[in-house]
Amino acid sequence: MSPAPRGHNVSLERRAWGIRRHALLMGEVQGQGYIAQALDIADVLAVAYFHAMRYRPDDPEWEGRDRFLLSNGHYAIALYAALIEAGIVPEEELESYGADESRLPMSGMASYTPGMEMSGGSLGLGLAIAVGRCLGLKHKGSDARVYTLFSDGELDEGSVWEAIMAAAHHRLDNLIAIVDVNNQQADGPSTAVLGFEPLPEKLAAFGWFVRRVDGNDLAAVRDAFDAAAAQAGSGRPAMIVADTLMGKGVPFLEAREKNHFIRVEPHEWRLALDALDERKPA
Amino acid sequence: MTGAGDRGQHDRPRLTTSAMIASIAAEGQRTMAAPFGHALVALAQEDPSILGMTADLGKYTDLHVFAQAFPERHYQMGMAEQLLFGAASGLAAEGFTPFATTYAVFASRRAYDFIHQTIAEEERNVKIACALPGLTSGYGPSHQATEDLALFRAMPNMVVIDPCDAHEIAQAVPAMAQHRGPVYMRLLRGQVPLVLDEYGYSFELGKAKLLRDGADVLFVSSGIMTMRALEAATALAADRVDCGVLHVATIKPLDEAAILAACARPGRLVVVAENHSVHGGLGEAVAGLLMRAGVHPAFRMVGLPDAFLAAGALPTLHDRYGISTNALCARVKTWLG
Repeated sequence: MSPAPRGHNVSLERRAWGIRRHALLMGEVQGQGYIAQALDIADVLAVAYFHAMRYRPDDPEWEGRDRFLLSNGHYAIALYAALIEAGIVPEEELESYGADESRLPMSGMASYTPGMEMSGGSLGLGLAIAVGRCLGLKHKGSDARVYTLFSDGELDEGSVWEAIMAAAHHRLDNLIAIVDVNNQQADGPSTAVLGFEPLPEKLAAFGWFVRRVDGNDLAAVRDAFDAAAAQAGSGRPAMIVADTLMGKGVPFLEAREKNHFIRVEPHEWRLALDALDERKPA
Repeated sequence: MTGAGDRGQHDRPRLTTSAMIASIAAEGQRTMAAPFGHALVALAQEDPSILGMTADLGKYTDLHVFAQAFPERHYQMGMAEQLLFGAASGLAAEGFTPFATTYAVFASRRAYDFIHQTIAEEERNVKIACALPGLTSGYGPSHQATEDLALFRAMPNMVVIDPCDAHEIAQAVPAMAQHRGPVYMRLLRGQVPLVLDEYGYSFELGKAKLLRDGADVLFVSSGIMTMRALEAATALAADRVDCGVLHVATIKPLDEAAILAACARPGRLVVVAENHSVHGGLGEAVAGLLMRAGVHPAFRMVGLPDAFLAAGALPTLHDRYGISTNALCARVKTWLG
């Protein structure tokens, strides 16, 4: 099933569905992957790539593009799905996900994949890199923006808070960060592993513009991206706190006991695709 | 990090305390002030891509000279070394050539993963210049970077430089910029000894250079130990010990051909001398090279012990740990019998 063509009147719902479907197909190839995270963040990526960001699918390094930095490299399966949907990565490469010599390794790395702007994997790197990107863009006089996605577990890392301080200090209103609060990290619920709430209040106290939304409510996510973009000129960086549901869009995965690395049995990939296909938007 | 009481103590003629900041210049030695800062300003006048960044150590890495000349091209990142290097990666990704400074201990230990992943793995054009390399602070292990060469040697894509003096630092700065990719340089700051200009020396990235020849001993050295080796060679000449000095400013990539050629000459004791732990630095790099090449001269290593070093005055500590000129001479005489 090909990505819906860009520039046509394709709904964000249809884009998010497409991202979920590409991700499930990649998960099926390897029989594993951070599929629950990919499903939870698909709506955010749909808004980023089909509402908010400027880019040229045939020229991923176009100087005028908005940059998207994937800090949580294990979400690569989700970003590859978005890059496929956006026409930056050809859909047929989906079959190579996680295989030897593939441009789509399981953890996202800058040198492997068109449209992948940084090497993640070691958590807590993205926001620091984003600060440098934003400083550089301002130095060049560019009005391009830097979007960076990171996970709630990364809030445990001190480097994230170094960058949160620096972005406000340097008045980086060209930075839009999205934190995926799915409340799940390797050892359990993120809020139980190392509490970070009340997150919006903390970020606001650090000088950020903050919008907390249901990260699986496309209209709300779109509005949050718009509000964040409107911060240009304010001197304030923007953070979208996206509360998401792991496994979103596939009911039996949504209902599965939450785990950082959701187990999907071999026969369940087809079931998941069927469940998704039943919910294909117009 | 630094107490106000540390500052200004380098003005005293002879250091007797465990101050953090101390000049390694001997009394009466020719010096040049802030060679890194001035070289970076000169480079930046030619190259608009050059930026400066620091983690609250501009004054103590001589970057303040650049900051004063180019305030709009200088980024203060606060005392946050992980951020410093992550942001340097981001600036490099946008086409700039950032020179990021801090102390060697913080770059090598605290920010290692950030440099590894955001700079080395991503092959970003970031230049890292770090003060207080090896045992050049009497402040204790918190500020003594005795393992930085080992750590950065082990990092793929990283070029590692250990310059000897102000003359070399001034030449290394444009050479770092000319190399496309990450570079780590050990930085001498403040009043920096001036030595190599008298040897007609010019820095070339990746090249080891013979500063003097000698029939009995060959010192293979880097950083301030080249200065010490040259002094030892002069002193030992009075005892009719003829010493050569091969200066290896680029620790990685190693100039294997020059080192092998010099070490293959028969009849000489090879003494590798470095301001670094005996583990993982120039000594082991040269030893491994000689073993692989089947070149087996009489071989000794002078370096810092595998230990947390004491606090104290640098002259005291350099004597104690065997890297002062006197200690070097004494050991060579012992080895020659």
